[in-house]
Amino acid sequence: MPVDVMIVDDSAAIRKILHRVLLQADVPLGKVIEAGDGVEALEKLKTHKVGLILSDINMPNMDGLALLGALKAQEATRDVPVIMVTTEGSSSRVMEAVNLGASGYVRKPFTAEQIKEKLAGLF
Amino acid sequence: MTHEKLVSLIRHSTRDVFTTMLGLELADGEPYVHDSAPGPSEGVIALIGLAGRWAGSGTFSCTAPMAMRLASQLLMQPYEAINEEVLDAVGEITNMVLGNVKTALEEELGPMGLSIPTVVYGRNFTTRSVARSKWTVVPFHLDGEVIEVHLCLAPSRDGATLGRPAREQVTAVLSIE
Repeated sequence: MPVDVMIVDDSAAIRKILHRVLLQADVPLGKVIEAGDGVEALEKLKTHKVGLILSDINMPNMDGLALLGALKAQEATRDVPVIMVTTEGSSSRVMEAVNLGASGYVRKPFTAEQIKEKLAGLF
Repeated sequence: MTHEKLVSLIRHSTRDVFTTMLGLELADGEPYVHDSAPGPSEGVIALIGLAGRWAGSGTFSCTAPMAMRLASQLLMQPYEAINEEVLDAVGEITNMVLGNVKTALEEELGPMGLSIPTVVYGRNFTTRSVARSKWTVVPFHLDGEVIEVHLCLAPSRDGATLGRPAREQVTAVLSIE
């Protein structure tokens, strides 16, 4: 069954790259929904149900860790796997994301293969 | 934090981003120290702020044709003019380069925040920073053109931690002439 995916990143370039990687990956891809920050993501998730979220951390308005916390606090999105794709590579930030419930962590710069590996573990 | 250490971190991070995301190999230029915020008088420059117990600013600059080339490599489509997508691509490259420098610096200097990049394209502009520290300038060569990464870093005057988001600590001022 196709899975709708949300990509959250303030960079349109990164959203485009991740969208391309998703199309190449061996996943049953449905719709791809994009958001530029955590606020926009939460707003779009009110009307779109997704099965996977790829999110940056360092974003305006609401960063990826705040978004992750909000997603895990809501019944409707608690079980949606979230993979962080970010330049924030310090061990403290990784631990913070893991403690908040992130399903995976990919450091920028990334290769398509690194993203595909993370996705393979979820599907 | 020494100039040599910053040069090493910037070179490693920039090469990593260019090889992994752009499929491009950079040649090293000769790094130097500059007294004030350097920058091109025209072209594309992206600025980013760092904040924590140490704070400062970083820039990534190149010519307009090089910015189009980098965006084309990143997004796998040709660009023949500077537009939003090209500026966004340069901003993201800057975010990755200086974000990874920041991550390496955190091992020694403690947690730091990174601002959202600001990208400027124009002619006859100057950059100025309120910081009084010296700038480490690391040039790279690609296809006969120069790409530069600049970083200015100093202990925070008030020993600030991350209580105030980095994006609120704008340390660079632009003057468009």
